[in-house]
Amino acid sequence: MADIVLDKVSKSFPDGTVAVQDVDLEIADGEFVILVGPSGCGKSTTLNMIAGLEDISSGELRIGGQRVNDKAPRDRDIAMVFQSYALYPNMTVRENMAFPLRLAKLDKETINQKVDEAAKVLELTSLLDRKPANLSGGQRQRVAMGRAIVRQPKAFLMDEPLSNLDAKLRVQMRTVVSRLQKQLGTTTVYVTHDQTEAMTLGDRVVIMRGGAVQQVGPPQELYDHPRNLFVAGFIGSPSMNFLHAAVQDGGLHTALGNVPLGDRVRRELEAADAPRELILGIRPEHFEDAELVDDDTRRRGIEFEAPVDIVESMGSDKYVYFTVEGEKASAAELEELAADAGAADFAGAGGNLVTRLSAESPVAEGQSRRVWFNLEKIHLFDPGTGRNLTLREGRSAGALGD
Amino acid sequence: MAVETTTRAKLRWGLLDVLVVVFALIPVLWIASLSFKTPATLTDGKFIPREWTLDNYRTIFDTDQFVRALINSIGIALIATLIAVVLGAMAAYAISRLDFPGKKLLVGVSLLIAMFPQVSLVSPLFEIERQLGLFDTWPGLILPYITFALPLAIYTLSAFFKQIPWDLEKAAKMDGATQGQAFRRVIAPLAAPGLFTTAILVFIFCWNDFLFAITLTSTERARTVPVALSFFTGESQFEDPTGAICAAAVVITVPIILFVLFFQRRIVSGLTSGAVKG
Repeated sequence: MADIVLDKVSKSFPDGTVAVQDVDLEIADGEFVILVGPSGCGKSTTLNMIAGLEDISSGELRIGGQRVNDKAPRDRDIAMVFQSYALYPNMTVRENMAFPLRLAKLDKETINQKVDEAAKVLELTSLLDRKPANLSGGQRQRVAMGRAIVRQPKAFLMDEPLSNLDAKLRVQMRTVVSRLQKQLGTTTVYVTHDQTEAMTLGDRVVIMRGGAVQQVGPPQELYDHPRNLFVAGFIGSPSMNFLHAAVQDGGLHTALGNVPLGDRVRRELEAADAPRELILGIRPEHFEDAELVDDDTRRRGIEFEAPVDIVESMGSDKYVYFTVEGEKASAAELEELAADAGAADFAGAGGNLVTRLSAESPVAEGQSRRVWFNLEKIHLFDPGTGRNLTLREGRSAGALGD
Repeated sequence: MAVETTTRAKLRWGLLDVLVVVFALIPVLWIASLSFKTPATLTDGKFIPREWTLDNYRTIFDTDQFVRALINSIGIALIATLIAVVLGAMAAYAISRLDFPGKKLLVGVSLLIAMFPQVSLVSPLFEIERQLGLFDTWPGLILPYITFALPLAIYTLSAFFKQIPWDLEKAAKMDGATQGQAFRRVIAPLAAPGLFTTAILVFIFCWNDFLFAITLTSTERARTVPVALSFFTGESQFEDPTGAICAAAVVITVPIILFVLFFQRRIVSGLTSGAVKG
């Protein structure tokens, strides 16, 4: 058990590309930290640097207070679970799990005892004499985990361990991983590109983009108070809606009507170099059918009317897609997110509005519908820098904040 | 792509297979048949001998010349194979896994050696070996064999190493293995089919060589079987050694067949299945 500290850790390649840039991260003993981001954001490289499989170009890495930059992976006492599982095909499950112990030169009895223990935890006891080729994907995944836990390392590193499983198994294994980590209390760094995994598993989530850390925090904090456009768009499913907003006479002109601004945001927009155009972000659940909103709540938001495109009833609530007119929001971050998710999945920046309304709403496709949305939950972003302007001391105050 | 396996297609392929096998085996069988014939019936043109005899085999094993050549052949081929496969495995591993300066040059040069006409090297090698005192010795043959077998070994082995997922090696390192342990305990066992395949190819190359063996040897000290065969004579100049030569040819074919059969069981494709997802 140990804490892991990354102090301005960078990775650059001989051809000049920078994969990871000045990552500062303190992972406490026993903490479960998720590195998440689109492909190519440097999360796997960061993990490999912690593992020792890749050299650190600059900065310092400390595990348990000790500088380990120049130590070989085997001297760092950390275990890793690979996306491909990387089981040794020539060995049985038992031999696979015993391999790190045999390298550590433990005696046979201790090895057998430890392997049996780990196998019991992961329900692998009946499979111990099989070869990896005769195991299913989920079983292989568990063997890979077993190989990591047998020698009780200082930390676990997991590189997208669930991404090769089918959707149902992935959800199952997610709870297995979570329970195992809680049970063992071992510091864990987990890499994924799946924001759902990031939200559900980690104590803290690190969002990376282009080799740089965007924001670090507990999942709920990232969801409620995204520091920038990228974090806002990456976290959440369906993703946040983004709309073009023009600054006009102390308010904002958007496709959903004129949005009034609080004093603080207005003051900020009065500065000489302030952007004249903003991106307004609002999550699907902050909309509601105007009919179902009581007067008290109504005052905290504004209403608009738009034609209903598609209604998806989830039982507990309804996802309603509206078509809205007006200019599309555009920013480099949004394009990147769209490219990562596949343009079809990321409707956030299009002319589509995704809303989550109460199940009681009588909304129907083809109609026009009046919808209310909460001004306190709005985020405003600078399209140039991506910064969240509504954020104050790390908390989002909405458009009206003063 | 679905392969059509109708009865017609099976029949056609079966016929083709038989044709190829018969075409390839007839000369071998003919030699085997000749080796069992008596000198009198040698030229009767019959495929199956009318009179069976083992005299030819007795003759060759009676002469010191053949037994000595057989020992030379086995020794030289085995040593050359062992060294070439070990060196080739190390070089191939480096080529497939590491990025080092001069890698392209190394691959290029080894390809060049493989394509170089051996016949043009015979005279220089002869001179060099005479100066160095290697002429007519085992090392004198082992060295050139290794030289020409190495490119072959490097090429086949690096193809095999490239198939082994890199993650396995990373996993071994994370599990506490040194680079050497990772290679010996994880990579090498998986590359075993490749190692055996390469060993067979190199062994056959050394075993069959005639050119170097005849130019770089002069006595029984290092003369290998293919060369010894060409020196076979009858007891008098009027006696025909054909039967004995055929018997010797059969004898030197047997080790190759045994060698291949022995290692064939180990050349199991798909040994790496189950390592990574799939």
